[in-house]
Amino acid sequence: MPVRIGVVVFPGSNCDRDTVHALSIAGAEPVELWHEQASLGGVAAVILPGGFAYGDYLRAGVIARFSPVMRAVGAFAADGGLVLGICNGFQVIAEAGLVPGALLRNRDLRFLGRDVLIAAERLDTPFTHALAAAGRPLRMPIAHGEGCYFGDDAALDALERDRQVLFRYVDDSGGSATKDDRTTNPNGSLRAIAGVINAAGNVAGLMPHPERAAEAILGSADGAGIIRSLVDSAARAAAGEAPVAVGAR
Amino acid sequence: MSTHRFAVNVTPKPGILDPQGRAVEGSLGHLGIDGVSAVRVGRRVELTVDAADESAARAVVERLAGELLANPLIEAYAIESISGASSTVGVPAGAGNPV
Repeated sequence: MPVRIGVVVFPGSNCDRDTVHALSIAGAEPVELWHEQASLGGVAAVILPGGFAYGDYLRAGVIARFSPVMRAVGAFAADGGLVLGICNGFQVIAEAGLVPGALLRNRDLRFLGRDVLIAAERLDTPFTHALAAAGRPLRMPIAHGEGCYFGDDAALDALERDRQVLFRYVDDSGGSATKDDRTTNPNGSLRAIAGVINAAGNVAGLMPHPERAAEAILGSADGAGIIRSLVDSAARAAAGEAPVAVGAR
Repeated sequence: MSTHRFAVNVTPKPGILDPQGRAVEGSLGHLGIDGVSAVRVGRRVELTVDAADESAARAVVERLAGELLANPLIEAYAIESISGASSTVGVPAGAGNPV
């Protein structure tokens, strides 16, 4: 039986159907979860998709954070459940404090919709283990106005020390983008951070869209490895097996 | 119970890059204005609270400012009582801009 994975739908989500499709072709059974539901219906993992939840009023993700479904997602995550936030979903889980940091307005104030290159820093997580290699550039689109990753120096140092930087913007040889290179680091993210993982290793977020680069017809299938990793990890969790080695700390 | 009106002023913390402030600053030259620097753009939220007294009302505003209106990682806030002051509520119908 395919593993059931929830896709949260907020008013203003607009990547929920892409995410549902990407999960389907990865062999999962997607389950849409409306923002007013207080229960996750027994899914084995949850994706918070991209979009503009609640119009992104006040700050991107903050109104969504207080919705009934997020209370359930928070409890699920606290219990070790797998949660992936993509783009606006990353902003929501950052506002909710499920992953560290904040997403600020892009450096040049513009909404950015284009392909970027990112690389996974580690493969020993439920979100990256199906990728071919760490450090290999993955092409996928971004589509955001507030994607500039921010933490203070101490917080960033702690992230690096604890290996919580999951994805970084890179150049085409896989080298980390510098802060000011607008080609490789589109939004000015500090330390070129494109995605992070929580300390427990079960909640991750990233600004680029793996679900929009999950099959060749979309121009890139590089995102499929991230979706497949999650589907496989969720299937293991549903079968009561140990998760993919989370961290080696 | 009494009614209290507050404003919460939310601003980017010192050291946080504020591209909006920078854009505003960058436009000043077009206006022929110089000598203005360190522009920071924030947000002001006005609200009315019904509570037992002013300090109870302020406690409510503290909580909502810290949890919702500002993200303490990146923003600072200051709460200001504007009870009795002129504000955007209570404007009589028809007193707005002429159409």
